[in-house]
Amino acid sequence: MGSSSSSMDHIPNAEELMQETGFSAAHLLRLYERFEFLDKDQTGELRPEDFGAIGGLALNPIGDRIISAFFSPGQETVDFPSFVRVLAHFRPNGTNRTRNGTQQEPVNSRTRKLKFAFQLYDQDRDGKISRAELLQVLRAMLGIQVTEEQLQSIAERAIQEADLDRDDAISFDEFKKVQQVSPHPQTPTKETPLHPTEGGR
Amino acid sequence: MGTLILSQFRTQRGVGWMLLLLLLCCFGGKCELQESKPSTTTDFPTIKPFHDEINEPQAFPEQERAHLPVFTMNYPRIQVPFEFTLWVLLASFAKIGFHIYHKITIWIPESCLLISIGLIVGGIMYSVKEEPPAVFDTTIFFLYMLPPIVLDNGYFMPTRPFFENIGTVLWYAVVGTLWNSIGIGLSLFAICQFEVFGIQDINLQENLLFASIISAVDPVAALNVFEDIGVNEQIYIVIFGEGLFNDAVTVVLYSMFAFLADMPQVDSGDVFLGVARFFVVGVGGILFGFLFGFVAAFTTRFTHNVRQIEPLFVFMYSYLAYLVAELFAISSVLAIITCAITMKYYVEENVSQRSCTTIRHVVKMLATISETLIFFFLGVVTITTDHEWNWAYITFTLLFAFIWRGLGILVLTQIINPFRTIQFTFKDQFGLSYGGLRGAICFALAFTLPNTINRRNLFVTASIAVIIFTVFIQGISIRPILEYLNIRRTNKDLNTINVEVHTRMMEHVVSGIEDLCGHWSHYYWKDKFKKFNDRILRRILLRDNRAESSIVSLYKKLELQNAIELLDTPMGDLSAAPSIVSLHDEKMEASRPKKKFLAADVRKMHDILSKNMYKIRQRTMAYTNKYTLPDEGQTREILIRRHASVRRSIRPGSFRDMSAQNIPRSQKYYSLQPGGNLESAFALRRRSHGGGEVDRLRSSGVLPRSSSHSLVPMRRLNTIKEAGSAGGQPATSARPRSPPPGVDILDEMGPAGSRFRPRKAPLPAPRRHSSNWAEDDEDPDDAEYPSRGVEPVHPPQLPPPRGWAPENQDPREVGAGNPLLRHSSQGSRGSGRSGS
Repeated sequence: MGSSSSSMDHIPNAEELMQETGFSAAHLLRLYERFEFLDKDQTGELRPEDFGAIGGLALNPIGDRIISAFFSPGQETVDFPSFVRVLAHFRPNGTNRTRNGTQQEPVNSRTRKLKFAFQLYDQDRDGKISRAELLQVLRAMLGIQVTEEQLQSIAERAIQEADLDRDDAISFDEFKKVQQVSPHPQTPTKETPLHPTEGGR
Repeated sequence: MGTLILSQFRTQRGVGWMLLLLLLCCFGGKCELQESKPSTTTDFPTIKPFHDEINEPQAFPEQERAHLPVFTMNYPRIQVPFEFTLWVLLASFAKIGFHIYHKITIWIPESCLLISIGLIVGGIMYSVKEEPPAVFDTTIFFLYMLPPIVLDNGYFMPTRPFFENIGTVLWYAVVGTLWNSIGIGLSLFAICQFEVFGIQDINLQENLLFASIISAVDPVAALNVFEDIGVNEQIYIVIFGEGLFNDAVTVVLYSMFAFLADMPQVDSGDVFLGVARFFVVGVGGILFGFLFGFVAAFTTRFTHNVRQIEPLFVFMYSYLAYLVAELFAISSVLAIITCAITMKYYVEENVSQRSCTTIRHVVKMLATISETLIFFFLGVVTITTDHEWNWAYITFTLLFAFIWRGLGILVLTQIINPFRTIQFTFKDQFGLSYGGLRGAICFALAFTLPNTINRRNLFVTASIAVIIFTVFIQGISIRPILEYLNIRRTNKDLNTINVEVHTRMMEHVVSGIEDLCGHWSHYYWKDKFKKFNDRILRRILLRDNRAESSIVSLYKKLELQNAIELLDTPMGDLSAAPSIVSLHDEKMEASRPKKKFLAADVRKMHDILSKNMYKIRQRTMAYTNKYTLPDEGQTREILIRRHASVRRSIRPGSFRDMSAQNIPRSQKYYSLQPGGNLESAFALRRRSHGGGEVDRLRSSGVLPRSSSHSLVPMRRLNTIKEAGSAGGQPATSARPRSPPPGVDILDEMGPAGSRFRPRKAPLPAPRRHSSNWAEDDEDPDDAEYPSRGVEPVHPPQLPPPRGWAPENQDPREVGAGNPLLRHSSQGSRGSGRSGS
């Protein structure tokens, strides 16, 4: 893991990635170091096990969903560019310094962030959060004390709240609307504490 | 005969006296810790319990005669430990009392309640003219009361967030405390110049000394509130760290100013010497801490044969660090903190899981007792001590303490903010400054003021006033204010359930991504240290240094493994139990008419959500809670549930054969702890199945059922394998993505992922061989689990998840199958346990 690659040369397509994701060179370098660190067997690609080895993620109730978000369907590994592209969703918006006109929408726009979040729910990628999908998330996030009945009714209620077209599922538009009704500081649209640079001070 | 009657009479009287003594001691007992020997009251003028004066002359003179006394009492002999015990008991009862009615402690911090009880007891003592206990003798406080509290703080320090924020923490702790001391000291000195107040005789040094006392922030109350309302980690850790380190800073400042206060005049050279001493004291304390921490870690490397006394080393070494630091008059607080942080990591890997639990419990227990007593005595002493009340001085003290704290935070934050990624907003700053309650340290230091200071009583009174003001007024009001300010509030009335769910989901995502980005491993020195640690320190200090990855990963990996094993048991997962039905009924539900939700229902839902949703980074928070032990249940719960969901997604029907019978087994896994015991348990269990037995076992539903692979007790991989095919299944599957990724995900968190590791991983968990695996897969399900089709779906009858398993249920169930088997399975389990 300790490869001493501290220069941008080692990163493939660094320039393009910076353009695309809006990360600065320092961010990218730092992410690359992390990527290499996670990539225990030095293949240049991460497998889900590599993610699973992160202690905090293993304890995250929805860690598996987060991990799977990195892997596009049919892919068993993720390379660095894709890795960075996914992470780019978490850049705070409003800080796009490298926006060029060609890009239709930055990856960290509110919509894209919401889309990302939506896909964490929508595991079958049918564009809808079904009741079952919602239930699974709830089940993962709620303590063991909550009975299934309660879970059911909470899911029911959540769907009712959001469901505008009465199809018993939450579509992306509905999802977006729900989030807009009362924008909460913790929606990913707001500045998340995530920065590839520094955690604390 | 006469003497016999007399002695009988005396016996009765003695019993009466006993009772009376008990009563009296409850109210007026003393806690003179410094007396290790039976008290000789002449040595300690403070000890004059009046019952002694009354009792002794009356009760004992006759015993001087030659007859063997039938009943004697030697109260002085046991007085000190006896009264100490009673005090501790009383305080503990008080704590129990608070928690009977839970709402009290939500709105009023526990410290307030303890002080209040102390005030009442103090009032009683005062009315019976009882002397206050001499707990706040300098030596007692610093040698006995303080170390447990600091050890607790150090031992349960959330290392990661702490080191991420160490700059900010030190900034606030050192500079902030200096700022407060000097600011308050100078302002008070300015006030003293006004003749109207009549306090001109307080000179600058004394003011500074006093200011250094009251600038120590004790954030216990604030932390509890912060934790409850889920304030962000940054504020939390800053308050925590600040409280930790400004103890050290304050003690240094105090001793410095106390030294200066004695001198008639101070020249600039002394100031420089003071600064130099400051660094000597701080760095020296840290060095001693490291030294003893490493020695302790090294010692525990060899304690595996004497498990009984393992926990002792932690306490002895940290106390030793404390005492030695005290010996050299360097910061003993820093020494013990550093010692605890240093040793924790290594010690917890070296000692057995039980010793580890013991250590944690005892650390918490001692700290809680200490702190309870301190607050309790604070109340008592407030009443019984001599006060000197000066309106002006005390009012201005309160005012300045408040203002300088606020100003300090404001200014210091402006300076530190550019260096922080997550900047403190004004609301955060308000929380930080308002959370600056004064507590035990302040109180103790006030009582240790030397008698040479002529306004000592005024200082004591003012300190108590500051403490009581901050603890009561700020402590009680901080919750409503923070909630009003919405530092981070869960707005239950306005938000929809959707928002609540999504919000929490986002928080999990963000924290997951943070972990993924490895927030903290990017520090250059951290990487360096990690390498150094892996290469050298671990080799030296750990008995079993096979774990190669990060600090936590070993432990977590083991826990993960536990969870996996738990799920491997065909019916082990209780949490998932009720949900199976629901999954099957999904379609029916979808078609049923829309339910109307009453407002009350919705409120209840919010309630359920807010109470039961997993906290973000629960570990961090829980560890730092002053009064509660870290709860690892939730971690396990999460792991188990995650794996449950994977399982469910893989094969919707796989839970069909779930029955209550298997609870015991799951529980067994549950109680298994990482480390050697896991290993031994599995080894034994594997040995214990003969081929023939397995069939019987299977029918009893307790042990794994694949008879053809008796060496492969788990059928876990079977499910994994199925992922591919199940991935294609519609609707009910949790992760119905295209097959390969489905397998991937499983790989990542199932044993398949760790299948590659066991060879080098520390635990030789019962991984099956790949050949068996393949074989397993070929077996048709129904052939392998004949009972499955027959068995009705049990889930609803399962006991509530709380009761993970009555342990005693196990033998009975197994016994139902085969009495012989019970023997073997129990034997294996028993030895598995005892191996721990």
